[in-house]
Amino acid sequence: MSTLELPPTIDTKIHPAVGAWELPEFVSEDQLPSREGDRIIQFREALREAMSEEMRRDKRVFLIGEEVAEYNGAYKISQGMLDEFGPKRIIDSPISENGFAGTCIGAAMAGLRPIVEFMSWSFSLVAADPILNNAPKMLYMSGGQWGCPIVFRGNDGAGGQLGSTHSWCVEGLYANVPGMKMVIPSNPYDAKGLLKTAIRDPDPTFFLESERMLGDKAHVPEEEYYIPFGRARKVREGDACTLVSFGRPVNFCIEAAEALAADGIEVDLLDMRTIRPLDIDSIVESLKRTNRAVVVDQSWPFAGISSEVITQITEHAFDWLDAPPVRVNTRDVPTPYAKPLEYDYLPNPERIAEAVRRVIA
Amino acid sequence: MTAQQTKNTSAVKPKANGPSSKLPDDTLKKWLHDMQLIREFESRTMQAYQQAKIGGFCHIYSGQEACAVGTLACVEHDDPVVLAYRDHGHALARGMHPNACMAEMFGKVLGCAKGKGGSMHMFDKPNHLFGGHGIVGAQTPLGSGLAFAARYEWEVLGTGKKKVALCYLGDGAIDQGAFHEALNLAALYSLPVIYIIENNGYSMGTSIERHTANPHNLVSRALGYDMKSLEVDGLSILNLYDHFKPLADECREMQRPAFVDLKTYRYQGHSMSDPQKYRTKDEVEGFKEQDSIAHLANHLMNERSCLSEDEWKAMQDEIKKVVRDAVKFAEKAPDPDPSELYTDVYANPEPNLSPTAEYRHGARNPLLD
Repeated sequence: MSTLELPPTIDTKIHPAVGAWELPEFVSEDQLPSREGDRIIQFREALREAMSEEMRRDKRVFLIGEEVAEYNGAYKISQGMLDEFGPKRIIDSPISENGFAGTCIGAAMAGLRPIVEFMSWSFSLVAADPILNNAPKMLYMSGGQWGCPIVFRGNDGAGGQLGSTHSWCVEGLYANVPGMKMVIPSNPYDAKGLLKTAIRDPDPTFFLESERMLGDKAHVPEEEYYIPFGRARKVREGDACTLVSFGRPVNFCIEAAEALAADGIEVDLLDMRTIRPLDIDSIVESLKRTNRAVVVDQSWPFAGISSEVITQITEHAFDWLDAPPVRVNTRDVPTPYAKPLEYDYLPNPERIAEAVRRVIA
Repeated sequence: MTAQQTKNTSAVKPKANGPSSKLPDDTLKKWLHDMQLIREFESRTMQAYQQAKIGGFCHIYSGQEACAVGTLACVEHDDPVVLAYRDHGHALARGMHPNACMAEMFGKVLGCAKGKGGSMHMFDKPNHLFGGHGIVGAQTPLGSGLAFAARYEWEVLGTGKKKVALCYLGDGAIDQGAFHEALNLAALYSLPVIYIIENNGYSMGTSIERHTANPHNLVSRALGYDMKSLEVDGLSILNLYDHFKPLADECREMQRPAFVDLKTYRYQGHSMSDPQKYRTKDEVEGFKEQDSIAHLANHLMNERSCLSEDEWKAMQDEIKKVVRDAVKFAEKAPDPDPSELYTDVYANPEPNLSPTAEYRHGARNPLLD
């Protein structure tokens, strides 16, 4: 400690702060197992399979959260996991988000791989200090001595008439913080492959699900697969407009695209799958053909995800644009309770289709 | 004596023939050395701060040395430790090289956090020091987590041994919600962590009577969580060791938490920018009369008779040199390269994580070599 020589540069892919680390082998989208098939399961089961497979693979992985164990999950995501893994690895927490999120950050620094379930991301606001001020900054403020390999996951966005305090879309607020990764799947297949990657990734990962999608069903293959971060999926091909979306609203975009197709308007629909990293390359590639963009995200418009995407579009593809990009967000008000108001508040298929018609007009 | 002084010294007194009486002379001399090292280091820190060589917030540990040295002496080197922001003393007591500690405050790449942390973020992985933390109370759930991981390694993975985590906080932190959540979880899950309240009587400039309810019965917090607790005079390191050591051993063996109200006093202001209008000079002087370093030196020279005046003087001179060298080291050490701005942000940096730059790996932390 008395030499004044500069320390050597890190020459490994994974930072030594998190110890020996193996990332899964990623393949390109067309080499992933088929999305077509008859192994139809719910979104919640896909999440459960992802967690269970990774917990079988690595004993350092554990699940903690409110009602995850004996209650079998407030939304039945962890159903049966207590039976398989026991109470030392499937851990019921008190309603104490600041406490258990912070505790798991300490555990992650010390070498474990926690999965922290927030029953709702709305409740994570009381844990803002540990999840925003500790987890994403630990590697940096320790000068590269300790990382924080942790997954925070739970329901994000409006449930069904839950009102203002329970309907948070935290992505606009949280994605601002460097040091974290943010994942937002729209379907069971991606949910499983992305959650497995999140658990394997050595950085703190915020995984945003939706209560309204947990019952969605799709084919999820038996064989193991991992979906890399930062690669959007082309859901539909078209050249009228690039339609970019994240998480649950991707499904509204699919509905809108079908309605538009009936009128002969074919959109290029991108399911971004992760917010940080953001696959701007795929957006730009699409824009070079369509020259028009509509960005749909479920957080508020001011300084939100769509604002970031559109800023990056103007930075990277300004010359390719034939019209100002349009964003579709939740309305810029607290979430209302009344059913029709809530429907209009959310980015619904009608509002998305209208935005596309506007941008191509 | 002021009221505050009386309260802070009325706690449990040293045990006759307690555990400290059985320790070899060299151990106690090492304590004296470490406490004096902290004292000297902090004097130089203040000097460097006044010369604007150190920036940001800087919290001086002088007066509280017995707390860090005494409690750390009761645990194993690989027991995890997490701190608040008044953290230079613990870092040194844990074995951090004074050069790395000083260079960090000078913002140099050879500092313990490569100049990215500063005074409040003393991290030292080889010494199992999980950082100083700047938000009051934020380290308390981390302390529970370190204990959780230690217990999990021992119990689930079968790779570890029984450990006990130490989580230090000031008396101001007991008013935070995070502290109470951490205590509840530690008790509920039976986690081997000791919350050590270094109770210096002030939450920044607000005296304990003005910042917390039931201010002279802090152990009542622990009782509320059915947690073992101890109130102890932290000005005498012998007394501290005698009471803390059995507790630490018990927490390790039984794998359960504890709470310690360690009565101490800081000689300097809350931070370097504190005019200290909230206390009298007489109060500070009163505590200096019971100085923990003088107390231990006196014990070694006059009661144990294992240290001569000359040896003590030589020890102080040697320490002065070590700290002077640390300042020189920090002055000469290189600044972080501008390219270090975007390193150590992600363990697995991927493309498109930021719209403005690509993250990458930079210099390996000097403590990890």
